[in-house]
Amino acid sequence: MQFDSINAFFAMGGYGLYVWLSFGLGLLSMALLWGSAWLSKKRLLQQVVIEQARQTRINQARQAANNHDGKNEQQN
Amino acid sequence: MSAIRALLYREFALAYRQRSELLQPLIFFVMVISLFPLAVGPAPQTLQMIGPGVIWVAAILSSLMGLERMFRDDYHDGSLEQLLISSRSLSLLSLTKVLAHWLSSIVPLIVLSPLLALFLHLSVEMYWALLATLLLGTPVISLVGAIAVGLTVGLSRGGVLLALLLVPVFIPLLIFATSAVNAAAMQLPYTGHLAIIAAMLLLALALAPFAIAYALRVSLS
Amino acid sequence: MWKWLHPYAKTERCYALCQRLLPWFSVLGLVSLVIGCVWGLAFAPSDYQQGDSYRIIFIHVPSAILSKAMYSGMAAAAFIGLVWQVKTAFMAMIAMAPIGAMVTFVSLITGAAWGKPMWGTWWEWDARLTSQLILLFLFLGVIALYKSFNDVQQAGKAAGVMALVGIINLPIIHYSVEWWNTLHQGATILKMGKPSMPPDMLQPLLFCIVSWMLVCAAIFLLALQNEILRRDIRRPWVIHLVKGKNIGTAQLGSTSRGQI
Repeated sequence: MQFDSINAFFAMGGYGLYVWLSFGLGLLSMALLWGSAWLSKKRLLQQVVIEQARQTRINQARQAANNHDGKNEQQN
Repeated sequence: MSAIRALLYREFALAYRQRSELLQPLIFFVMVISLFPLAVGPAPQTLQMIGPGVIWVAAILSSLMGLERMFRDDYHDGSLEQLLISSRSLSLLSLTKVLAHWLSSIVPLIVLSPLLALFLHLSVEMYWALLATLLLGTPVISLVGAIAVGLTVGLSRGGVLLALLLVPVFIPLLIFATSAVNAAAMQLPYTGHLAIIAAMLLLALALAPFAIAYALRVSLS
Repeated sequence: MWKWLHPYAKTERCYALCQRLLPWFSVLGLVSLVIGCVWGLAFAPSDYQQGDSYRIIFIHVPSAILSKAMYSGMAAAAFIGLVWQVKTAFMAMIAMAPIGAMVTFVSLITGAAWGKPMWGTWWEWDARLTSQLILLFLFLGVIALYKSFNDVQQAGKAAGVMALVGIINLPIIHYSVEWWNTLHQGATILKMGKPSMPPDMLQPLLFCIVSWMLVCAAIFLLALQNEILRRDIRRPWVIHLVKGKNIGTAQLGSTSRGQI
């Protein structure tokens, strides 16, 4: 360890503001990039699930309509 | 060759019929340069110091304004497609269009440059350097600008996007041109700077026509 | 010789490759980033001239190197896409662009934060700062051009041409600004001695460069996967993939009858 105490570590020999500003912004920007990419992926995959569910509902509705028409024809 | 001659004749005829549209970047050029003495004060030393930079920046901005004309009308009325499907080499045709555009839109700026050098109190040596840089550098603007115009011709609001794309690309040209004129101001030789600008021109002449042709094919696909 | 690359022109294979590589790059990247930062901040020796402010180098130099690497990568992907008509190359190109822009921005900010205590000013038209600024503009230009097209194929090709124009221009910009700066010499001449670095400063620096590359590679893999998903969202292999993952079956609500 190059520093005697935690306070000295944060002060960085008087340049603390600049060092922590740089490190903070650098790491924050990487975290932001990662976060936005990961969220986008999650949202895209969920979009597929939602769309599939919708397709299923449409198919089922169509089948139900067909069965109903079939029954009507049988009755007639 | 006859195709190129025909295309050149067509471009000049169209340019002549749209004289007022050609005048707009020219007037913009003069007005922007006139703003600077008003803004920074009329002291000749100041104006002479910022003069080359101001004239070159204004030339780049006015050229950007006039570049859209190159393919826009042809795109909208279908003659650009006709150029694409003609049996001629599209690179050669685009080079011809760039030449016609340079002669009709940008040479007037160069013709006006003595007047503007007078406005900004440039000395005679500075003016010769400025003229040389304009003659060598403005074709680079037309050639490389045409690539970006070809890419954005199909877009509805391509104007500012064009500037955003082209300004970083023109920065080296700007740097070398202004340092040539500044060197002339200090009675130093500036042939080196002119050689570099000429090298950029040759590179652009060699590569840009293919890039313009490709850009047009992409836009019209 | 490059035949082993050909399967990755297909989006499905490309996605699978990214999926396999992602855990390695992200874990390794995160761990090495933490180690690198702690090493640089706490264990590297203090500079006798610049004190502790030089530690910004462990963020600044990696981000500067990465910005240029990202642009080269983007241009290479554009070249591959334009010459060999590989669609996944265009997707890779546009996945790299925002990452490159962000890294360039970080290099500018950290450079400014380092410049303030050293040069006394937040901004200086130094050759390298100016080149980095222009690099940022080039990245933003490519992204802006891509986003202004409705058709994604056209967008990829157009942005590819612009990326290549930029790459030809990049060395010209660098040298012109360097010459311009020496022509207008007046900036202070403080040696940020990179070649003459002692090994116990050089080692953490190299480590940080590698760790940043790993982190950016991980983010790139994610971004590439997202771009592939965006373009292929209706295709059977994506549906199959999602079914295999079994994500959020609770989303289906009351109509789920065991069909999914």
